[in-house]
Amino acid sequence: MIVKLSLSTLKDTRWYEYLIRFVLGGAVTAFTGVVSSLFGASVGGLFLALPAIFCASATLIASHEKRRKREAGASGRRRGQQAAALDAAGAALGSLGMLAFALTFRLLVERKETVAFIAALVAWTVISVAAWWIWRRIRAFRRVAGPRRPEFAGRELT
Amino acid sequence: MEYVARFLIGGLAVSAFALLGDMLRPKGFAGLFGAAPSVALATLGIALWQHGASYAAVQGKAMMWGALALLAYSIVVCHLLMRWRWNALPATISALLVWLCVAFGIYFAAGGSA
Repeated sequence: MIVKLSLSTLKDTRWYEYLIRFVLGGAVTAFTGVVSSLFGASVGGLFLALPAIFCASATLIASHEKRRKREAGASGRRRGQQAAALDAAGAALGSLGMLAFALTFRLLVERKETVAFIAALVAWTVISVAAWWIWRRIRAFRRVAGPRRPEFAGRELT
Repeated sequence: MEYVARFLIGGLAVSAFALLGDMLRPKGFAGLFGAAPSVALATLGIALWQHGASYAAVQGKAMMWGALALLAYSIVVCHLLMRWRWNALPATISALLVWLCVAFGIYFAAGGSA
């Protein structure tokens, strides 16, 4: 499946949901600063990968799916769980990209600062997309090779 | 004032990545943005400006442990939702305990410093 950019999906998100993410993002960044000044750079560095924003985004995704299903006359609870789980699977793949980001930044920052940021972002993009592509290929192969486990059925959400 | 700047820069970076994630399809691909380095970009930029490259390098190294913890966290959330059928909010919040244990577990196993 080709990756698509769709502006119409923004209509699903309500204004206060954007506000929640802005406030959470700002709060986590400020919190990381507090942790770094209290416990040092290394403990503060751990919190650069804190999934605090993920809690909000996965919950919003689940509620959007539920809302859509409710409007169609179904409860939508299971659909919401599936959508959030798919988001979590994406985050697991993205965490490999985040690892590549941190490693690249760590290796380059003491030599060339601007290059370190650009190269780290490129590393995040390349590794995340590659991990996602491999994951899709494995899933496609499994689908052809044999039946899936029932608890993971229904991941065809797009 | 420093924390207000952190709040605004972090909020903007997170919102920008979240917006991009909202617009992308399929959902599995958009999920990659759940692990976007938005907080890291804001924090490392400020760290570099305030404390210099070696301080930012230490944070970057510790972030690697955090990223491994995020991998464990995401897998646990996925299983809580699909296998045990938890709702999104309790699953994502309770799995934060997994993130803390893995992140600090690796941190202390590495000798308590990055």
